[in-house]
Amino acid sequence: MEAGVVLKMQGICMTFPGVKALDNASLTLKKGEIRALMGENGAGKSTLIKCLTGVNKFEAGEIYLDGFDGPIVNKDTMDAQSKGIATVYQEVNLCPNLSVAENLYIGREPLTKLGTVNRKMMNKKAADLMRELELDLDVTKNLEEYSLALQQMIAIARAVDMDSKVLILDEPTSSLDDREVEKLFQMMRRLKNKGVGIIFVTHFLEQVYAVCDGITVLRNGQLVGEYEIAELPRVKLVAAMMGKDFDDLASIKKEGGSDRSNAPVYLEASGMSHAGTIRPFDLNIRKGEVVGLTGLLGSGRSELARVIYGADRNQTGSLKVNGKEVKIKNPIDAMNLGMGLLPDDRKAEGIIADLSVRENIILAVQAKLGIMKRIPMAKQIEITDKFIDLLQIKTASRETLVKQLSGGNQQKVILARWLATNPDFLILDEPTRGIDIGTKTEIQKLVLQLADEGKSLIFISSEIEEMLRTCNRMAVLRDGVKVGEIDENDMTQMGVMKAIAGGEHDE
Amino acid sequence: MMSKLKGLTKKQLFLPVFSMLLVMLLNVIYDIACGHAPLTFFTIAVKNGILYGRLIDILNRGTEAAILAIGMTLVVSSSAGTDISVGSVMSLYGGMCCMLLAGYGNVNVSNYAVPLLVGIGAGLLTTCVCGLFNGFLVAYMNIQPMVATLILWSAGRAIGLLLCNSQIVYVRVPSFQKIGGYVGPIPTPIIVAAACILVASLVLRMTALGTYIQSVGINKKASRIAGFNSAKIILLCYVICGLCAGLAGMVATSRIYSADTNNIGLNLEMDAILAVALGGNSLGGGKFNLAGSLIGAYTIQAIDTTLLSLGVSTAQSPVFKAVIVIMIVVIQSAPAKEFFKELSKKRNAGKGAASV
Repeated sequence: MEAGVVLKMQGICMTFPGVKALDNASLTLKKGEIRALMGENGAGKSTLIKCLTGVNKFEAGEIYLDGFDGPIVNKDTMDAQSKGIATVYQEVNLCPNLSVAENLYIGREPLTKLGTVNRKMMNKKAADLMRELELDLDVTKNLEEYSLALQQMIAIARAVDMDSKVLILDEPTSSLDDREVEKLFQMMRRLKNKGVGIIFVTHFLEQVYAVCDGITVLRNGQLVGEYEIAELPRVKLVAAMMGKDFDDLASIKKEGGSDRSNAPVYLEASGMSHAGTIRPFDLNIRKGEVVGLTGLLGSGRSELARVIYGADRNQTGSLKVNGKEVKIKNPIDAMNLGMGLLPDDRKAEGIIADLSVRENIILAVQAKLGIMKRIPMAKQIEITDKFIDLLQIKTASRETLVKQLSGGNQQKVILARWLATNPDFLILDEPTRGIDIGTKTEIQKLVLQLADEGKSLIFISSEIEEMLRTCNRMAVLRDGVKVGEIDENDMTQMGVMKAIAGGEHDE
Repeated sequence: MMSKLKGLTKKQLFLPVFSMLLVMLLNVIYDIACGHAPLTFFTIAVKNGILYGRLIDILNRGTEAAILAIGMTLVVSSSAGTDISVGSVMSLYGGMCCMLLAGYGNVNVSNYAVPLLVGIGAGLLTTCVCGLFNGFLVAYMNIQPMVATLILWSAGRAIGLLLCNSQIVYVRVPSFQKIGGYVGPIPTPIIVAAACILVASLVLRMTALGTYIQSVGINKKASRIAGFNSAKIILLCYVICGLCAGLAGMVATSRIYSADTNNIGLNLEMDAILAVALGGNSLGGGKFNLAGSLIGAYTIQAIDTTLLSLGVSTAQSPVFKAVIVIMIVVIQSAPAKEFFKELSKKRNAGKGAASV
C-alpha cells in the first residue's frame, strides 16, 4: 500500500437478491484525512460502510488496512473494531442511564484482583480521556444529562480510545444544531491531527466543504470518482452525485403542459415553517400548475410539502386556499380542502399492507365521508374497478392484499386512493422511486393530464429530467431553507443543478 | 365474488372451528366410553320449563367471555395490545350498580333504592369512563396498553369494594336476578350475548368502523396520512371495550344478585385475551375476525364444561385446560402451519410420482 494510506477498498462488489448494490466500488483513505462519502439515496454508501465493518459480506474486491499484510475481511463489527475500524452511527448507541465512564468502558471495564469492576480506575481513565479530547464534563454523571451532541462526542471518544485507525461517522450531524455541529468539527479536526482517518457520511454540502479534505462519490453502487476538495466545486459534486457529466448537460425540454402564469392562485403559503426541519418559506401555486420541489435528499423538500398538508404536527405561518385563510391541523383538514399526499416512504406511510387493493383504494374517500357513512360494497367495487382499469393496476383480484403487489402497482394503488377523492391539489413525493420505466412514464403523463384538468400539483423527485418534463416551475431547497425559484425559462439541468448546489452562485 | 369471499372466511375460521369441534369430539368419546348415548353432549331437554343440556350450559356460562371478547378483539386490532382491566372493570360495574340499587351502606335489600335502569345505566357509564381512561392513556399518552390498563386492573376491584363499603351487597329483587336467570325457558345471558353479538356485527357491517380499526392497527402513520384520526379510533375501541366489560359485569352481577367485588370477573381478562388468540387473531394487531374470537370464547367455556362433566376437580381443571389450550395454540402457530403445508406437499409429490 502507498505510504500514508490507512485504508484502501478496491473493486468491492455485493449483490442483494435481485439488485447489484455495489459494483466495483472503491475508497482510499489517508492517514489524518477527513473524507466525505457522498451519493444520493441508494448509491451504496451504507452498503460500502457495512462491507467494511463486517455487517455485509461482499462477493469480490479487497480491503487493505494499514498494519496488515494482504487483504482483510471482517467477520463482524467487533472484529472490525479490534482491527481499528470504529463506527459511530446517527443514533447514539449508548446507554443513557449509565454514567459517562461506564459508557466509555462498557464491555472492557478495568477489573480489580477480585474480578469486580474497578470503578476508581475506570473513572480516572475516563477523566483522562475527556481531558485529552478537551471535553469538559463529569464522567460520573449519567449520559442522559448531556446534550445529544456531547453524547455523540462521547460515542466518538469511545471509538477513539480503542486505538482506532479509521473512524466512520455515519450522518452524525443530522440531529445537531449549528453550534453543536461546530463542536463536533473541532473534535474531528483534533482527531485528524492525531493521524486518524475519518470517513464522514453526510447529506449536507455545507458541512462537507467546511471540514473535509477529500470526497468520494458513489452512484448506483459504482465509484464515480475520488476527488480532493479543491478540485470539486459544489456544482460538479452535485452533477457527480446525480450522474451527470458536467460538461455535457443536455437541455431537456418540457413535453406538453401549458403556461399557467395567468391562472388564478390556488394556494398561498407565507412564512410557513416546521420547527427543526424547515425555515419559514413562502410559496404560491396556481390552478393547473405543477410546482417541483428540488434539492438534495435531506434538503427539506419533503418536509416543505408535508408542512402544507399538515402531515407532521405544529404547522406555523399562514396558509390561504382559494384566497381564504385556512388552518390545517391534521391530514383530514387538508383532505377536506381537497388536498392529497402521496408520501415518499410507500411502505411506512403509504400502503396499509394487510388490507386488500379495494380497501386501500377506498380508504381516503371513506375517511372523508366519516366513520358512520360506510361506502356500500357495490360502490366500493365500482371505484376500485374504475381505477384498476384507469391506472392499469396489475393485481390478481381487487381482494388481493396490497402487500402482494409489486412496488409500482402499490404506488398506483395509493395514487388511485387520492384520485378517487377527486382532489384539487395533490402532493406527489417521489412517486416514481423504485418503479420500472414504463410505469414511470405513465405516472408522468398522468401528472400532466391532471394539471390539464385544472388540478394543482407539487411534484418531488430526485430525478431532474423527470421534473423538467412535468413541472411549470421549481422551488429550490437547501439545508431546510427555500433558497429560490426557477421559472420555466431557466429550467435546464444546468440551471437547476447550480441552484441546488448553491455556494458560488448564490442569488 | 361472494364465493371467493366465503372461501376466505372459511379459511380464516377453519382452525378455530376445528378446535371447537375437537373439544366436542372429546365429549362424544367420553359419553360413549361411559355408556351414554353418543350424542348426549348435543341433547337439549326441557325440564321444569327450563332448557337443559351441556350445549346450553356452555352458551350460558360463556356469555361473559364472549361479550368481553368483542371489546378485546377491537382493542387488540387497533392498538396491538390487550386491555387487562376488563375483569376488574366488570366487578366495578357490580359495585356501582348494586350500591345505587341498594342505597349506600345497605347490605341486603329486597327493594330498589333507585330504578333498575338507573343502576344499570350508571354502572355501564362507569365502565365506559374506565374505557375512556384506558384509551386516553394508550392513544394520547402513548403508554403501553398493558401498563395503562394495569392501573384499573388493580384499582377497579378496590374502587368497587369502596363503593360497597367493603361488604358484599345483595340485591334480592326478582327483576334484578332475571338478567342472570331465565326468560321463559331460555337463560337470559344467552339472549344478552346474542344481542351484543348482533349489535356488534351490525355496527361493523353498517359503519366503516372495521376498516378504520384495521387500517389504524396495521399502519398508524399511513392511516393518518390517509385522513384517519388514529388516536380517536384507538380511544373509541377502549371505550367499546369498557362498555363490553360493563355488559359482562351486568350478567355476572345478576347471576349472583350481589356485588361480590372480589370474585366477579376474576381472571376473566385472560379468557378474553385467549379467546382473541384462539380465534386466529394476531395479538400484534391489524386484521381481526370477530367470529373467530367468539368461537374462541365459547371453546374456552366448552373446555371448562367438559372438564367439569369429566369429573375433573375444580382444583385440577386449570392443568387440563392449559394442556388443551397449548395444543390449540400450537396447531394454529406459523411453524405448525408450515409443517402441515410441507406434509401435504410431500404427500402430493408422492402421489404424483406413483401415478407416473
